Amino acid sequence: MNSENNIVEIRNLSKSYHRGSLILPVLNNISLDIKEGEFLALMGPSGSGKTTLLNLIAGIDKADSGSIKVKSVEITTLSESELAEWRASNVGFIFQFYNLIPVLTAFENVELPLLLSKLSKKERREHVEMALKVVNLSDRMDHRPGQLSGGQQQRVAIARAIVTDPAILVADEPTGDLDRTSAEDILNLMEQLVVELNKTIIMVTHDPRAAKKAHHIKFLDKGILNARPQIDL
Amino acid sequence: MHVLKLIFRNSLRHKLRTILTVLGVTIAILSFGLLRTVISAWYAGVEASSASRLVTRNAVSLVFPLPLSYKEKIRQIEGVKSVSYGSWFGGIYIDEKNFFANYALEAEHYLDIYPEFIIPPEQKAAFLHDRKAAVAGKKLADKYGWKIGDIITLRGTIYPGNWEFVLKAIYKGRDNTVDETAFFFHWAYLNEMMKKIAPQRADQVGWYMVEVKNPEQAAEVAVRIDQTFKNSLAETLTETEKAFQLGFISMTEAIVIAIKLVSFVVILIIMAVVANTMAMTARERIGEYAVFKTLGFGGFHVSGLIFGESMFITMTGTVLGILLTFPAAKIFASELSTYFPIFIIEPETLYMDVAAGLVVALMAGLFPAWRAINIRIADGLRRIG
Ligand SMILES: Nc1ncnc2c1ncn2[C@@H]1O[C@H](COP(=O)(O)OP(=O)(O)OP(=O)(O)O)[C@@H](O)[C@H]1O
Ligand SMILES: [Mg+2]
Repeated sequence: MNSENNIVEIRNLSKSYHRGSLILPVLNNISLDIKEGEFLALMGPSGSGKTTLLNLIAGIDKADSGSIKVKSVEITTLSESELAEWRASNVGFIFQFYNLIPVLTAFENVELPLLLSKLSKKERREHVEMALKVVNLSDRMDHRPGQLSGGQQQRVAIARAIVTDPAILVADEPTGDLDRTSAEDILNLMEQLVVELNKTIIMVTHDPRAAKKAHHIKFLDKGILNARPQIDL
Repeated sequence: MHVLKLIFRNSLRHKLRTILTVLGVTIAILSFGLLRTVISAWYAGVEASSASRLVTRNAVSLVFPLPLSYKEKIRQIEGVKSVSYGSWFGGIYIDEKNFFANYALEAEHYLDIYPEFIIPPEQKAAFLHDRKAAVAGKKLADKYGWKIGDIITLRGTIYPGNWEFVLKAIYKGRDNTVDETAFFFHWAYLNEMMKKIAPQRADQVGWYMVEVKNPEQAAEVAVRIDQTFKNSLAETLTETEKAFQLGFISMTEAIVIAIKLVSFVVILIIMAVVANTMAMTARERIGEYAVFKTLGFGGFHVSGLIFGESMFITMTGTVLGILLTFPAAKIFASELSTYFPIFIIEPETLYMDVAAGLVVALMAGLFPAWRAINIRIADGLRRIG
């Protein structure tokens, strides 16, 4: 396997949850390669473990066994604080419910991840303005999330995800809470990130239309990844 | 700067809740401050007492007198610089509720031993030259509108009859720890009257006030005095003025302890109130904290936000409470001046206010911060939606 341009390499990944004495296997020996500049959609029935897999790749959850390499860094062996540091510079997050901080303006929300960097205030401003320009929200910098539409909030969230120029972007149902037009806007924006800025995106979605925008689709069911859906979606 | 802004804005997200909590802290700190001031007012006499003064009284009880003849004997004891004496008069001015301390003193030496009573020289001379003269503290004179030359009548309780005095002098305290509500007159006048109406009670004093040459030898001098009168008809008990005052207070110690206890209970209650506010706040924001952690912020940052908010709310209330303590204490002081002649807010009380605020803020933030640090990010994120 040519690992040269694989930005993510997952090998034999397993994860189960414990509920009291019950063990609930969620991911079962999963292997997956994602190339740099790839736009991958993860689909599957509810409860199939899509969010779990995404969280593992993004370094906010711990696997039971297996290996995850992102840009050749084995992240399963990193400590909590090493992971935090790693996430700050390598992963951009886009959530279904945007997860912006309501008391901060759009500008301040986007600036948030940069506060952990060594950038000066002026450099931070430049980065934030650039990111907001990419998502076409330069005119809404001083608005708080509550003053923005769902689609606009998601664009702020995307700006926050790309402002640190991370290796990968993970998106968990980014259009799940949006109407059709806003959803299309967001998908176009994500496609643009991949095509124009060569970003790598892993997107969990239920929406076939969203999945169509992606270059590849993988289906997760009963703990196993497939190239094809096991049932008709 | 970003963090402070965030803490500030977070605090104002639930304005009513924050305002009510701040108000609670304000009231708690105000009550705490006033209660602590009542306690220090209680001990004011002790604090103001001098290390070079000894009080000699009847060993049996303060209510039994000592013979006047002891004066010369005490004066000759090694280490004694000066001796004076006095008797509690316990007179009532017009009505019983007008309570103030009044006693008869051998004034000449007493005023020397008490340099903290400041009397203008001409008034002092006028007082010393008139056997029916009396002196009042400035606060007391102000309260009843007395002026120099006024005739003041006290109804005797321990000593029967109506007693008339001419106010010849008004004293001020050297500093604000000195009681300015006392009233005193010549012991000789009291004794002269006693000789006429109750000769068996003449030539008796309530206590001797002894000034020692060297404060470091006060204890030894006290022992010498008591030994001199051992096995006599009236044995003595000599203590430093401080111990003497403490002895007075020990009679009311239970009340002081109760007040102390209540002052800490107030802080405990407000701790529970702020902790409840912080628990609600942190519970609502657990998803946000998970987002912060997702972005790479650590437990240090997240708990900083929680403690910062707890600190902001508590310290705002603490500062307001301290600011309100001053006018409140002023009202207290003027309303209760006869019970608490010295009612001033000690610096220690303010330090304790601030310390109480800090402890409340820390305790209130502890559990929410612990939870926010320990919750797994994936679990925290699932709470959103
Ligand atoms: N912390 C947890 N403790 C126990 N079980 C969990 C936990 N988190 C997730 N699960 C279970 O693991 C399974 C996979 O959850 P996951 O959220 O990954 O599914 P999903 O594919 O993202 O579903 P959806 O499409 O509904 O978002 C589900 O059955 C879920 O109930
Ligand atoms: Mg999910």
